[in-house]
Amino acid sequence: MTFPLETAANPGNLRRVAIEPVSRVEGHGKVTLLLDENNRVHQARLHIVEFRGFEKFIQGRPYWEIPVMVQRLCGICPVSHHLAASKAMDQIVGVHTLTPTADKMRRILHLGQILQSHALHFFHLCSPDLLFGFDADVARRNIVGVAEAFPGIAKKGVLLRKFGQEVIRVTAGKRVHGSCAVPGGVNKHLSAQERDYLLQDADEMVDWSREAVEIVKRLFAERKDFHNGFGYFRSSFMGLVREDGALDLYHGGLRARDEHGQTIFDHVDYSHYWDYIHEQVKPWSYMKFPFIRSRGTEDGWYRVGPLARVNNCDFIPTPLADAERKAFLEFDHGSSTQATLAYHWTRMIEMLHAAEGIRELLADPDLLKNDLLVRGERTLRGVGVIEAPRGTLIHHYRINEDDQIVRANLIVSTTHNNQGMNEAVRQVALQYLDGQELTEGLLNHIEVAIRAYDPCLSCATHALGRMPLEVEMVDCEGGAVDRIGREADGAVRRGS
Amino acid sequence: MSDSRLLIFAWGNPSRGDDALGPEFLRRIELLAGEGVELLTDFQLQVEHAVDLARRDLVLFVDASASCAPPFALSRVSVQRNLTFTTHAMSPAAVLYVYRAVTGREPPPSYQLAIRGNSFALGEPLGASARDHLEAALALAASLLAEPTPGAWDRHVLHCG
Repeated sequence: MTFPLETAANPGNLRRVAIEPVSRVEGHGKVTLLLDENNRVHQARLHIVEFRGFEKFIQGRPYWEIPVMVQRLCGICPVSHHLAASKAMDQIVGVHTLTPTADKMRRILHLGQILQSHALHFFHLCSPDLLFGFDADVARRNIVGVAEAFPGIAKKGVLLRKFGQEVIRVTAGKRVHGSCAVPGGVNKHLSAQERDYLLQDADEMVDWSREAVEIVKRLFAERKDFHNGFGYFRSSFMGLVREDGALDLYHGGLRARDEHGQTIFDHVDYSHYWDYIHEQVKPWSYMKFPFIRSRGTEDGWYRVGPLARVNNCDFIPTPLADAERKAFLEFDHGSSTQATLAYHWTRMIEMLHAAEGIRELLADPDLLKNDLLVRGERTLRGVGVIEAPRGTLIHHYRINEDDQIVRANLIVSTTHNNQGMNEAVRQVALQYLDGQELTEGLLNHIEVAIRAYDPCLSCATHALGRMPLEVEMVDCEGGAVDRIGREADGAVRRGS
Repeated sequence: MSDSRLLIFAWGNPSRGDDALGPEFLRRIELLAGEGVELLTDFQLQVEHAVDLARRDLVLFVDASASCAPPFALSRVSVQRNLTFTTHAMSPAAVLYVYRAVTGREPPPSYQLAIRGNSFALGEPLGASARDHLEAALALAASLLAEPTPGAWDRHVLHCG
């Protein structure tokens, strides 16, 4: 399978530009562009050095340790891994239906994770670009600049994220590495004091989330053509939906729709996801390319995450978020429903849903009950799927008779979106870079397209003094002709 | 919100080799820290940690460093527009800036203890050299805790420099 600009016809005669790592995403990514002497783009690729050491990391460990261990994969979404692994372990211990308390404790934990992750993404990764413009001075285009120019937005962003973290801390019992979910249920319920503590701020979080949706909606309305057209392409979407078609971030069946909204499959039991999704390996990328089996490698790729979920569901089961879903779908006769930057808009709709959902669950007396665990008949295989902040997350494990993990397979949202992100990079390269002299502002356009997907590269190493950004221009002989670097403190350095 | 006047905030991923220096430092320092000291940890330093600075007299940030001179470096952190291109690697200086921006108040006197690490691969334990660096950093921490005032800590900064 090849796509336009994926592979140049005569790469040996072209100049290579590498952007490494992509800034403001977790971990390390690299974009390479092959340009000719007139700066025309002939090839554009996003390479991601995906973490593949996980299987070895957990091999031989007892299955009940896994929900806690997997939290160490990622510093941004540990709860998603915790819950996906726990759902897989539910199957291994033969549990298919949790107690109401366990189900709701996991759901509120998950909504806390969605809230804090979406708040971080929007206010601290993307709002600098959206509020200041992609070409704005790099010295201004960051969260510190947001704090200075828009202190109200910055403050609410910090406190929304803080609230989400507090939901996680209270529900999981610890600030990091909590262990709320265990195979077959949970190990704690909320106390009345904990519930009341969270309820104090719940209304305000809903109000602030509504304001966040309004900010993105206003930005789209002000520059409709720009926001809809930036990195635009059409694709299929996939994600979980509830039995009645509602958005459900914690549990459901898999639904996929094509680029015209036609159903490819619906309410699929994810325990057999491999009957519907395959992964393709390409020689130039460490990360696999998943595709829908029935449509083949050429047409079967799809996107996941907020844009996919809001498009795919029939309704959102909280009223304010559902009203915003309808407004999104109706905006300019549906012109934003495939837009790359609409990920931001739909992400804020989901943040509103999470805030509403948390408030609703806190009023549910089941959260205070002590009916926590169910037991069943042990099996040797478990699959857990959850809608993580960035998209569908699949955990698949096999154990042996000694309860040790012998095989694990994870398909994370960044992998599902691999082809989509590459397509976005190619579109932006054509729209903004083709025939142009490269500048930091133009290169940032590519990063803006990638950040819309918020790739999480499962890399929690962040030691001081790391994370430089380097752009290298290489001639057809392979020699470096120019180099521009951005250090971790934001300083830009040109030359070798 | 705690009323502890001294906050020690250490971060890192315990499962990524020497990135565990921060959390391990915190685990070990628990034995030395008395009343009035709050110990907090996380995977990463993030914007919401600005909220944890409220009502503190003194703050110590602790993390592994891939670039400081071994075994560790102690420095005073100033509020500044530390223009990182990634909030993934948010610096203590930037957190202080966010604190000032969102509260309108000056942040508490803050210091950064960077402990030199070398290997950050998943599933690896702390390396031998990182363990040595940790012991040296803990010896310094004992001195810092013995006299938790900006004046005393500034003298250690000068000494370390």
